[in-house]
Amino acid sequence: MKSHWLDDPANVRKLWRAFVAVLGLLVVAEFVMDLHPRFGIERVFAFYAWFGFLACAVMIALAKLLGVVLKRPDDYYGDE
Amino acid sequence: MAWLLMHPGLVLAGSAVLIACLRGRLRTVAILVAPSTAILLSLQLPAAVLAEGVFLEREIVPMRLDALSRLFAIIFGLMALGGGLFALRQPSRIEVPAAYLYAGSAIGVVLAGDLITVFVFWELMAIGSTLVLWSSGTRAAYRASLRYLKIHLLGGVLLFAGITGYAADAGTVRFESFALESPAEWLILAGFLVNAGAPPLSAWVGDAYPEASWSGTVFLSAFTTKTAVYALMRGFAGTDLLVWIGLFMVFYGIIYALLENDMRRILAYSIVNQVGFMVTGIGIGTELALNGAAAHAFTHIVYKALLLMAAGSVLYATGVRRCSDLGGLFRSMPVTTCCGIIGALAISAFPLTSGFVSKSMISEAAADSGLAVVWILLVAASAGVFLHAGIKFPWFVFFQKDSGLRPSDPPTSMRAAMYLFAFLCLAIGIFPAALYRLLPYSAAYEPYTAAHVFTQLQLLAFAGLAFFVLLPALKRTRTISLDTDWLYRRLLVAVAARGHAAFRYGAAYARAIQQQVCRRAEAFVLRQRSPGGALNRSESTAGMGVWMMLMLLGHLMLYLFT
Repeated sequence: MKSHWLDDPANVRKLWRAFVAVLGLLVVAEFVMDLHPRFGIERVFAFYAWFGFLACAVMIALAKLLGVVLKRPDDYYGDE
Repeated sequence: MAWLLMHPGLVLAGSAVLIACLRGRLRTVAILVAPSTAILLSLQLPAAVLAEGVFLEREIVPMRLDALSRLFAIIFGLMALGGGLFALRQPSRIEVPAAYLYAGSAIGVVLAGDLITVFVFWELMAIGSTLVLWSSGTRAAYRASLRYLKIHLLGGVLLFAGITGYAADAGTVRFESFALESPAEWLILAGFLVNAGAPPLSAWVGDAYPEASWSGTVFLSAFTTKTAVYALMRGFAGTDLLVWIGLFMVFYGIIYALLENDMRRILAYSIVNQVGFMVTGIGIGTELALNGAAAHAFTHIVYKALLLMAAGSVLYATGVRRCSDLGGLFRSMPVTTCCGIIGALAISAFPLTSGFVSKSMISEAAADSGLAVVWILLVAASAGVFLHAGIKFPWFVFFQKDSGLRPSDPPTSMRAAMYLFAFLCLAIGIFPAALYRLLPYSAAYEPYTAAHVFTQLQLLAFAGLAFFVLLPALKRTRTISLDTDWLYRRLLVAVAARGHAAFRYGAAYARAIQQQVCRRAEAFVLRQRSPGGALNRSESTAGMGVWMMLMLLGHLMLYLFT
């Protein structure tokens, strides 16, 4: 099978750069956007950006933490 | 009553018998025509009470149409059509008929105007869905189906107790909004919530659904939980408790999906998450929130089915279900990858997809009602949906690493089903007006404002960043996560086993004591009869005379005082 363009690390790097550029653009564009916020916290600069990131980080941390208690090998229940 | 012949649910459920008998091309035609007919009927029937009757001296309304029931009937019909198309190559001859019985019963519930009819179709759904699980044919599926069935029978018992109590209290069985004042109404709520996958019994969703066949899970994902959403919307709109139950489900789904390794179990937990959004909307209870919950049920059925079709195609082609064994499939399965990504974008509410035009109504309604905490939790959850379903599913299945697997895309019928549902995801996202026309209330909502598109993109982009930055923490392990089902799969079993052992020990102990007591008593009796024992002793005549005197004296006293 011929190799896919995504198999080339150079292309993956390009994708990453494009992604970071989009992220930057999405933050910078907030200066010119009229977001008509409803709650005070929405007025904080780039609220959806940092809140989205933070919320995900917290959820992953919470999942990790619960995983310590809840995770079992996937044959735990066996053939009951 | 003649309208019952045109009941879309009965048409669909009735076609199951026909499909079970047919072979070859005729079967294919029947599988496609039956749900199409149900959709057309759902669209065309007038909005009115179409059938009434008397059953057990109660007035029942087996068939009633209004905007809300029509919306659900249409999406259930669509789901049966897409699922039937996807399952055309399913070798099991029972699965599609069982699924059509299941889908038809779900339509039966949403068209029911009274609680007795609701209950009958409710139980038929449990039977249909259990048959879908059985038709998978594996031992794991059979065991899971028994657990699944027990939970649903429990839900059915709660519902039935509630309905009989309500009929006795209120003197009517009409299915309208409940005041939630009597125990009977609470029981009905509990019965509905069991099917919605609400806590504390959410575990059945993640336990049972991933055990069905590659096509069975597609059917299972749609009907049970969304029928419960409909029932909650009809009966308990605006119940504050539902806001918190819904939010719990939202985060339960995210956390468990993040921990999960089985690709279809990730999507099953995601069902609980999505239904959580709907339940929250129902709890908020404003017209916009209810429209949002209804619209979200509609769009969710389509994109979740699409995601499960993509997962089903991978399972069909590779037989592998664990994310840790998958990866790199985009090379050889481009169609499945694309359709999976469209489904993932739709569930994440990416602009121009169906999720974007439905989910935001619920958070918008929370904001309008001034529920700041609910609103901010919903925003966090939106980021979490992208995390656990929007990126995690496609990333671990189609990209991640090269697993060395090179399966090809699935056959035409399965691809066609994926194309159809991917098209719907995009079409609803681009032309939301068509969906909005079907909604039960006339609350105006415009999803495509510059601010909404921009903030949503910002949220999703940075959630995506969080995923890739924290990827090491998300590395898949070959594990499952314990849930409340542990209580009845492990704890209760252990307690019962211990109890049995304790009983056997106790019984043996009691028997030993009994033998000891008998032996002693026997020895005592024998001793009395042997020389020197009480019955075999010689006593003096004087002693006997004294006893005789005492007895006569006693007799005299008795005689005197009575």
